[in-house]
Amino acid sequence: MATNIVSWIAVGLILVTSTAMLINRDWRVSLGALAVQYAAAFWLVTRHLPFVMGSAKLITGWMVVAALGMTRLGLPTAEEEKEDTFLLRGQWFRVILICIVALVVAGSTPRIEAGIPGLGLQVIAGSLILIGAGIVHLGVTSDTLRVILSLLTVLTGFEILYAAVESSILVAGLLAVTNLGLGIVGSYLLIAGSSPLEIEEEA
Amino acid sequence: MSAPVIWILTPFIAGFLILFFLHEHTSPLVAGGVATILAFIALIFPIDTALLLGTISIKISSSVQFFGRSFALNTADGPLLAIIYGLAALWFFGTQASGTANRFVSLGLMIVALLTASIAVEPFLFAALLLDMAAMLVIPLLVPPYQKPGRGIIRFLTYQTLAMPFILFSGWMLAGVEASPGDIGNTAQAGAMLGLGFAFLLAVFPLYSWIPMLTEEASPYATGFLLWALPTFTVIFALGFLDRYTWLHSSPQLSNAIQFAGVFMVASGGLFASQQKHIGRIMGYASIAESGLLVLAMGLKSSEIVNITFLLLIPRGLELAVWALALSIIKRKAYSLRFSEIQGLARKYPVAVAALILAHLSMAGFPLLAGFPPRVALWQELAGQSLTISFWVFLGLIGLLIAAFRTLAVFVMAEENKAWELNESWVQTTMLGLGTIGLLILGVFPQVLQPFLINLPALFDHLGQ
Repeated sequence: MATNIVSWIAVGLILVTSTAMLINRDWRVSLGALAVQYAAAFWLVTRHLPFVMGSAKLITGWMVVAALGMTRLGLPTAEEEKEDTFLLRGQWFRVILICIVALVVAGSTPRIEAGIPGLGLQVIAGSLILIGAGIVHLGVTSDTLRVILSLLTVLTGFEILYAAVESSILVAGLLAVTNLGLGIVGSYLLIAGSSPLEIEEEA
Repeated sequence: MSAPVIWILTPFIAGFLILFFLHEHTSPLVAGGVATILAFIALIFPIDTALLLGTISIKISSSVQFFGRSFALNTADGPLLAIIYGLAALWFFGTQASGTANRFVSLGLMIVALLTASIAVEPFLFAALLLDMAAMLVIPLLVPPYQKPGRGIIRFLTYQTLAMPFILFSGWMLAGVEASPGDIGNTAQAGAMLGLGFAFLLAVFPLYSWIPMLTEEASPYATGFLLWALPTFTVIFALGFLDRYTWLHSSPQLSNAIQFAGVFMVASGGLFASQQKHIGRIMGYASIAESGLLVLAMGLKSSEIVNITFLLLIPRGLELAVWALALSIIKRKAYSLRFSEIQGLARKYPVAVAALILAHLSMAGFPLLAGFPPRVALWQELAGQSLTISFWVFLGLIGLLIAAFRTLAVFVMAEENKAWELNESWVQTTMLGLGTIGLLILGVFPQVLQPFLINLPALFDHLGQ
């Protein structure tokens, strides 16, 4: 019973953090929300996977957040201002989008649980919210950091669901490498173009 | 020693070492050499068979265990590995001529190693993860540190990442379908998931918008490598699915869906190519049309599916290598690659322009060039199944042909008294010359591929048997 309550709290956290990432303008808040999202996802993953494998996912996720945060911190201020101006638009539209995602998830979760028994309502709901929010976020942004955050969100949602059906260590390892890879690629793309051409030529 | 160590771990480590320890001038030769040696080993030493060399007995074992799962390369994989590493060697040797950065060969070797791992991993479903990792490794090749990433890169990364969950989950659903084959709802859901996954991976219509964007904004050589490597292994992965779940191949609905996707790609790729005024984008659309032909081949209701697919795959590597190399050389002179900038360049870069046009014509299926025999074979099979599909494929190839003639017209549009020059270096001339000769040999004597192709159907238990 207590486990179920904590799981529902994790689902609630996932919804809040996904909404924060979608509507908030500050990249620090978005990365903070992603870190909390990984903690909630960790709880849901450990419903089906051993604690150690869940921890590996959590640590990987936090490493990705750290890598992206350190990179973003080093970028010039002008980039930040540009991004802020872009994201000012359409906040209410984004809220409506996340409400639609929440409604779709509420409607589809019991049906999926009936189709694939044993997954758990919380696991399905948490996973679908992340996948839905990630896809919605991808649809409304072209900013590199936000695209990477959206992809990480979608992958986290998928990992929660997939953990319930596949417990292979190799898959867990490869998924961790994929997450880390996405974080590193994201950092690289953020840095790319921020250093002048002469540096490359000298090297 | 085991096969996965030789063909996966060795090139991966070699790529890593080249990245950090080798000089820019020597790395293409070393990487090309490594790939050539690996291709020869695959050709000469059969996997899992003991060979007696004098008093020494050599046997390459087929599999290795890793985290409870196995990576296995069997005897039948030998010719495939020879083709893959042979073509990779061609790309690496051409790096110096193309002027691409040092990391191309090192990351390229790592990418080929990861992609080889994708055909070796068991269960084969996990290949989706390795394909995704390879796609991420391509990013530094496409975006130099001094260049802002364009929309094409972001879209490419997004689509490749989204493909992986769809495929992994569809694999799990397909296992459920096998257990209860009568459940139409489950079957449709699994089929839709699988279709979406491969649509993202293979850039099926309309998810191919990143390709022309990428050919416009990134290095042509690196983009060409990407357009060769990823679809090649994705097609092998897709054939694995069709082979493992035989009902997929025998389902008329899915077969029709695959063929429609292929026709859309060929027709739209060809027609869009004919409308472009940027020779990089033309290469992008041509590769889309070529991928469409591969998709069409996979949808054939015939036992020739494996032969035709591989017959298409081998010349594709050569065509794209020659085309991308020629584009890289021309791009140094005309950075934007627009028609307005390349006008009359045939008199300044005659070898590069000739190679580019021949590669383009080959992709359009022009007779006596490498692309012609596989297209004839595919057409023969298609004509027996649907004349409408054959017509649309013809239309797509006509579009590519128009694009080739338009490009040629712009290249030769020089002032009358302008003198001919040879601005390509001897390395560039040699590489382009060899590539062009290869295109002609494969076009005139397609039977040279027979020793490679004859054993490839053995890769699959049900397809092509």
